[in-house]
Amino acid sequence: MKQKSKGHNRRALALAALTAMSLSPIAALASTGGKLLLTGGVSQIEGAAGGGLTPWAVIGGYGTEGQFGAQAFYTRVSTDDYRLGVTGLALGISDRVELSVARQRFDTRDVGAALGLGRGFLLEQNVYGAKLRLVGDAVLDQDTWLPQVALGVQHKRHRQGDIVRAVGARNANGTDVYLSATKLFLDSSFLLNGTLRHTRANQVGILGFGGDRRASASLQLEGSAAFLLRRDLAVGAEYRFKPNNLGIAREDDWWDAFIAWAPSKHVSLTLAYADIGNVVIRDDQRGWYLSVQFGF
Amino acid sequence: MRNFARSMLVALAVMWSWSALADGQSPMAPAPAHPELRPVLEAFGGVPGLEALMDDFMAGLLADPRTRPFFENADQDRVKRQLVEQFCVILGGDCTYTGRNMRESHEGHVITAAHFNALVEVLQDSMNRRGIPFRAQNRLLAKLAPMHRDIVNEPPRR
Repeated sequence: MKQKSKGHNRRALALAALTAMSLSPIAALASTGGKLLLTGGVSQIEGAAGGGLTPWAVIGGYGTEGQFGAQAFYTRVSTDDYRLGVTGLALGISDRVELSVARQRFDTRDVGAALGLGRGFLLEQNVYGAKLRLVGDAVLDQDTWLPQVALGVQHKRHRQGDIVRAVGARNANGTDVYLSATKLFLDSSFLLNGTLRHTRANQVGILGFGGDRRASASLQLEGSAAFLLRRDLAVGAEYRFKPNNLGIAREDDWWDAFIAWAPSKHVSLTLAYADIGNVVIRDDQRGWYLSVQFGF
Repeated sequence: MRNFARSMLVALAVMWSWSALADGQSPMAPAPAHPELRPVLEAFGGVPGLEALMDDFMAGLLADPRTRPFFENADQDRVKRQLVEQFCVILGGDCTYTGRNMRESHEGHVITAAHFNALVEVLQDSMNRRGIPFRAQNRLLAKLAPMHRDIVNEPPRR
């Protein structure tokens, strides 16, 4: 099982690198890479450009107005009893529209056996995202406190609908809508983001959508703060409030503390320590978050 | 759902009115002075520091294929002199800016956001080479960044 999981990681990484390379002819055709280093954020766990846990109002990739940008990523979060692997791709169009797709694989490891699903049972979902920048420029509009604001949508389709319904979820599919505001305060080298998300997702959708405690969607707040140490280096923290829809499996808020490094506009690495709290029958899930991103 | 839609609409309306406000106050002044940034001017090494920075900066602009076309046929000594004056005024120094305003001085070129950012990158490289602390760099860049509204003209301003 361990062997298999390692093989999967390597394949995911190779796939992300290949996708980024296959897109580079686009990069060669038009001028690309007009954004400043790290100002497109990194890839969050549902595939949008943002922090690690939360979407930001920035558009993924390094394209400015009239340019394309793209980013492919692989993220792994390993807690005491679970492992989440995410592979994804985002395309930025003219610094206005972002389209993204991501596959999340949640490895239940020993918990899968305890629940009778089988050791290492995988809960998987696909996330299809779109984001539209409405107003503002988070980086350049330094003479106003107006943030960059974007409206986004994440349509999630679970691949084990029967299982998540058996746990108590109302649906196997769901759609999150969010409004993000991002502002870089350059004179203090500080970045703030706030995201308001309208969602029915249980554990971001890994446990389906809606439940016995609450079947309908609720508004959840997500926040990120980052401090720039150098052009290529940022440290920060994030907090994501989450609904708690399922009676049999308490859901906690998530937070992390991260360091992100971009040696060039083609690669970034993010390391974080994440706390995802209680997940089904295991409490206090904490561990390392590692993400690698390729793009232009 | 209805409440949610309404709060989203209110949020959007507020955003739009902010943006209208921001658009209304287009800064035509070429170099608003910021006396509180005097310590940043010291971090740059005063006027002599700015002069040395501009020598390196102009060399960088001419070496970078993204920015070279804008400067190779310019009166480079004049550009450097006026950049020293402009940065000095912005950082609260005792200088006078003798150049034209940002919009007039750039309208002869087609300048995209990518060109603007390329110039910022070349400037950051020069400031790094001059050993200027990152936070002091950012305090200057925070005053230069809004000039994108007067400098970037492709696509044409609405």
